[in-house]
Amino acid sequence: MTIPTIADMTSRGESPEILFWVGCAGSYDERYKRVTKAFVKILQAVGTKFAVLGGEETCTGDPARRAGNEFLFQMQATQVIQVLNGYQVKKIVTACPHCFNTIRNEYPDLGGKYEVIHHSVFLQQLIDDGKIKLKEGGAFKGRRITYHDSCYLGRANNIYEAPRAVLESLDADLVEMKRCRTTGLCCGAGGAQLFKEPEAGKSDIHTDRAGEAIATGAQTIAVACPFCMTMLNDGVKARNKEATVQVKDLAELIAESQGL
Amino acid sequence: MYIAQQVAFLITLTVAGILVRRRVLFIRNNIRLGKANVINDRHGERLKNMLLVAFGQKKMFKRPVAAVLHFFIYAGFLIINLEVLEFIIDGFFGTHRIFASFLGPLYPWMMNFFEALAVAVMLACLVFLLRRFVIRIPRFWSSEMTTWPRLDAALILTTEIVLMWAILFMNASDQLLQQVNEHYVSTGTLYFSSMLMPLLESLTPGSLLILERFCWWFHIIGILGFSVYITYSKHLHIFLAFPNTYYARLEPKGQINNMPVVTREVRSMLGLEAAAPQAPSEPGRFGAKDINDLQWNSLMAAYSCTECGRCTSECPANLSGKKLSPRKIMMDVRDRMEDVGKSMASGGPGIADGKFLLGDYITKEEINACTSCNACVEACPVMISPLDIIIEMRRYVAMEESGSPAQWNSMFQNIETNFAPWKFPSSDRFKWASENS
Repeated sequence: MTIPTIADMTSRGESPEILFWVGCAGSYDERYKRVTKAFVKILQAVGTKFAVLGGEETCTGDPARRAGNEFLFQMQATQVIQVLNGYQVKKIVTACPHCFNTIRNEYPDLGGKYEVIHHSVFLQQLIDDGKIKLKEGGAFKGRRITYHDSCYLGRANNIYEAPRAVLESLDADLVEMKRCRTTGLCCGAGGAQLFKEPEAGKSDIHTDRAGEAIATGAQTIAVACPFCMTMLNDGVKARNKEATVQVKDLAELIAESQGL
Repeated sequence: MYIAQQVAFLITLTVAGILVRRRVLFIRNNIRLGKANVINDRHGERLKNMLLVAFGQKKMFKRPVAAVLHFFIYAGFLIINLEVLEFIIDGFFGTHRIFASFLGPLYPWMMNFFEALAVAVMLACLVFLLRRFVIRIPRFWSSEMTTWPRLDAALILTTEIVLMWAILFMNASDQLLQQVNEHYVSTGTLYFSSMLMPLLESLTPGSLLILERFCWWFHIIGILGFSVYITYSKHLHIFLAFPNTYYARLEPKGQINNMPVVTREVRSMLGLEAAAPQAPSEPGRFGAKDINDLQWNSLMAAYSCTECGRCTSECPANLSGKKLSPRKIMMDVRDRMEDVGKSMASGGPGIADGKFLLGDYITKEEINACTSCNACVEACPVMISPLDIIIEMRRYVAMEESGSPAQWNSMFQNIETNFAPWKFPSSDRFKWASENS
């Protein structure tokens, strides 16, 4: 696929409607790259004029800040802000709640002020605006889906309903886990936990959470975060359910329903 | 007789006042050990939080059973205090039920309402005791709930029950005395306490007088003693919940506080602004090793914590058996403040006693286990953030000790060299676009 970079666009004297912030997982993680591509297909299908930073994108610094390395975070963040401001970026859409939280809430103190939208909210807007039309009784009819709240969307930023609205539009059988919304159980990856082994304990958080999701009888666990995707995939595998239970991002489900 | 009682009452009130004042000053000094960050913005939002969350108990109602029972005790405390006001006026002036003469026919209604509340408080406290000590709800028995926290809870609940019985027995003997002693103004029939009257009917007027006075004194000394006790107890939340919700952070929960001192340094390193001509007079440490590195409102939060354990019961690290318990973080901060404060008060070294919050009270294993998921912050009925404290301690470990877990140090290195937390070359970052899907 041909993905426009903001550098190319700027050199042509154009500017994008939105900057799609891909994130490190979206760029490097084998599984999660499929989410990046699914979201790009949606953007292309609805004709949104977007661009990516491409090779100029770097880590936002989120895991460094959460692990306590404020110097590294601010070094990273300040440089990202220089790039974004250099291109006069106004509006950013990202699929990663961690990038979303950092750019939206933490960059303003360092001079980076943008309108930042998580892809769940963006997808909901596309559906509300009729740009994505969902077919009645499509491939998802009767398929049981449960949504796992990402901490960095939910509690961190009070986004609980947009992902659910997106899923409801699929005409699927949406079921909730007992711990959901404000009491949703973390997948275990936040706060830089993804980058180290957990401390000693009696169980792993991600297998506990995968167990709660599987117990709903859902064939699909919907996620809206790359870390949640990794953790719940591992959890489903640890419970030997990978043959019957899939972990999918909202963008993948929408792309699938659109035949993209 | 009345003069002697008035003098005794004045002495009691003064002693209680002195003791409470001493503890309040002690606690205030402990909170002032923290950094003096100024919180002086968005007063309307802060007031709204205080009214909804502290006064209105909004967050309690996430767990409805405990919330309703707690509401009885809370309403009882607020409203029965009107009766304590009458006690104090009577105690001062040697009067008896001074409000009766002002309120006339309303007075029996008010007293009946108070009695109903007193019964509700007793029932609620009884159910709370059962939940703690018979049903043994797990959050009241986790490892940080050692002897003193468990005893503290038991003492509070039992005291409240006993104080309510004192009111009912006082009113029962009072109603019997009204028939024989004109000092005792008529209150009409008080529904709940009148049920106790048959127990007392065989007593002589003299004995009734003694019983009524005993209950009156027992209740007022109990209330005053309780107000001294709560300053040593987790029960301090009844006052500190109000300032704590007022000063709670208003930013989205995902936002971590910026460190301006680092911003200045980073900007000068990147050549974005000239280095400050003089080294700022910032205290030496990055992050928090001890309580004096934390902000004052984090310290006040520790005194506001009532150890209900809702935070810990929602914490994914704790649920999966890790050592981290957000409640223990708050209890440790408070214990450290008490230890430092006592040391200072007795002429000891205070904060320089060779101990530190991080290391001697809280371990790295605990703070490293946090997923920053904010479940604890969301769960707290009085808006305490254990997460703020955990992040400050991680900052100390990372920036002052370079003592983060080895895998985090590798992650830091990857971000520095590859601009990604993983060891992938940055030249591969945009490869996804040219791969087949």
